[in-house]
Amino acid sequence: MDNFAFGLIIAITLGSALMVVVSKQLLYSAIALLFTLFGVAGLYIFMWADFMAGVQVVVYIGGILVLLIFGIMLTNKISSVNISHTSLQRGIGAVVTLGVLGFLIPMIKNTSWMQVASIEPNQTAESIGRLLMMDFLLPFEVASLLLLGALIGAAMLSRNTN
Amino acid sequence: MDNLQTYLYISAILFSLGLYGVITRRNGIAVLMGVELILNSANINFVAFARFGGMNFSGQVFALFVIIMAAAEAAVALAIIINVFNNLDTVNIDDARELKL
Repeated sequence: MDNFAFGLIIAITLGSALMVVVSKQLLYSAIALLFTLFGVAGLYIFMWADFMAGVQVVVYIGGILVLLIFGIMLTNKISSVNISHTSLQRGIGAVVTLGVLGFLIPMIKNTSWMQVASIEPNQTAESIGRLLMMDFLLPFEVASLLLLGALIGAAMLSRNTN
Repeated sequence: MDNLQTYLYISAILFSLGLYGVITRRNGIAVLMGVELILNSANINFVAFARFGGMNFSGQVFALFVIIMAAAEAAVALAIIINVFNNLDTVNIDDARELKL
């Protein structure tokens, strides 16, 4: 049962990721991205990172994906019902992609990865919170500054000046 | 399911798909989707190494920072794309190659 669920999640993740990059309709790409992000959240759960899975759903699906769909809606005329988009340089793209994949897959296969046996943690949110507030306090504050800057920058950029 | 390589393979394939999207797409928003795929594959790697390196939570914290960065990046990139659309009437990134109008 576990293996079946795992295989299903991998299939959903990779299949819809393929849809994202080959689909002719921009909105279909966005919907396929939804399933990819859900699949990645499922993979997080298999890696005992349930807090990360929650953050993935809330931030990626609830935030970034909605933003992307807003972008699609705002950058198309209402008359152009068929929001299509084309790809170009498919050949070059496939060659580069397969080159990268042909480099990565044997590398992963041939490296002897050191794995440490570990037990399932009782709580993840508490440990992450402790790390954020103690070991990673400075990056945490810098990240909040980055978010503030990005917020102000995005509002300034998208304001209609004329 | 319980070995590191499986997750690294998934992440490598996801990265390649994202790269393919970034190379072949012409619409700015579709390119952004490819970037999101690449960031997700990096996140899978972070969490997988954390899980199989003795359940170290630092990897998950790094993945959290990557998600924060992705949110900021998506907001600014979409603002830029909407600006490009308002000025040039297209979101085709090949047409937006000049800095000045």
